[in-house]
Amino acid sequence: MELLQNHIILLALTFGIFYAARQLQKWTGWIVLNPILVTIVVLIGLLKLTGISYETYSEAGGYIEFWLKPAIVALGVPLYQHLGQIRRQFLPIFLSQLAGCIVGLVSVVGIAQLTGASRETIISLAPKSVTTPIAMEVCQAMGGIPSLTAAIVVTVGLFGAVFGFKVLEVWHIKNPYSQGLSIGTASHAVGTSRAMEKGETYGTYASLGLILNGLLTALLAPFILQIMHVL
Amino acid sequence: MIRQCFIIFGCLALGELVVWLTGIPIPSSIIGMLLLAALLQMKAIKVEWVKGMSDFLISNMGFFFVPPGVALMLYLDVIKAEFVPIVVATVVSTVLVLIVTGWTHQGFKRLKD
Repeated sequence: MELLQNHIILLALTFGIFYAARQLQKWTGWIVLNPILVTIVVLIGLLKLTGISYETYSEAGGYIEFWLKPAIVALGVPLYQHLGQIRRQFLPIFLSQLAGCIVGLVSVVGIAQLTGASRETIISLAPKSVTTPIAMEVCQAMGGIPSLTAAIVVTVGLFGAVFGFKVLEVWHIKNPYSQGLSIGTASHAVGTSRAMEKGETYGTYASLGLILNGLLTALLAPFILQIMHVL
Repeated sequence: MIRQCFIIFGCLALGELVVWLTGIPIPSSIIGMLLLAALLQMKAIKVEWVKGMSDFLISNMGFFFVPPGVALMLYLDVIKAEFVPIVVATVVSTVLVLIVTGWTHQGFKRLKD
């Protein structure tokens, strides 16, 4: 098992499992078989089985995780490309994002407080709707557990991708722009990839929701959590 | 490639600098993202100068959070202990976000039409 602790081998395994998981999703077409989730579960099982500690794995994984921050910076490009659209429909887009962001933060923190979650868990739950790199940064900046946030964010994304459009239809939200925007706002990249499958319009508005809610959550979360006496 | 890396890491570095100077609780990467969008808007840099790198980073964003997700194995007991708050808060809040965002946006669109 000594050999398995080699960083290169652990990295190759991570790439390989993710690739296999992605192929598996392509073949089956099941949204629930999200490659990110599958890879995390398989890797955890493998590490437990071989007795390799998380610390050993994370030394190798750090090389991958490192790219999270530059990836968020890169979102500046689609943000710039959507600027015209955002400007033309500034009020509806901005106000619906603001409403969604505030309701999301207040409701998740409020419910977690009422059901007796610990302070660290509440902080880790707060950025649940935004894309993982942003959510983890927000969580870390406020003193939560970033990896707990990562797990919750993936779960929320899966929930939105699988049930999001059904929820919207039940509540009579039928216009493609509003649907796309809501999916991106509530369930970030995983929801956005589902919206892209439904059509270009859904996808574009979903990515708009993903970027804007990421931004708003990063800006508002610390203040809302302060008001709600979590920080 | 080097220019692409320089622009993206340069924006991130400036973000780090802003956080270090002001101590605001906003991720440096978010500041970097806003900076990049602003530089593009001001025509200080061209989209082609970052496009290859940014497309690569965005399309593989999901993969980058596998390792931090694996850290979940350290918190399995936290999740077991607080299973109900975590699940209820997450599901109810996600449904609320979907409905509130959709209704607000659709309502404005109707007002306009």
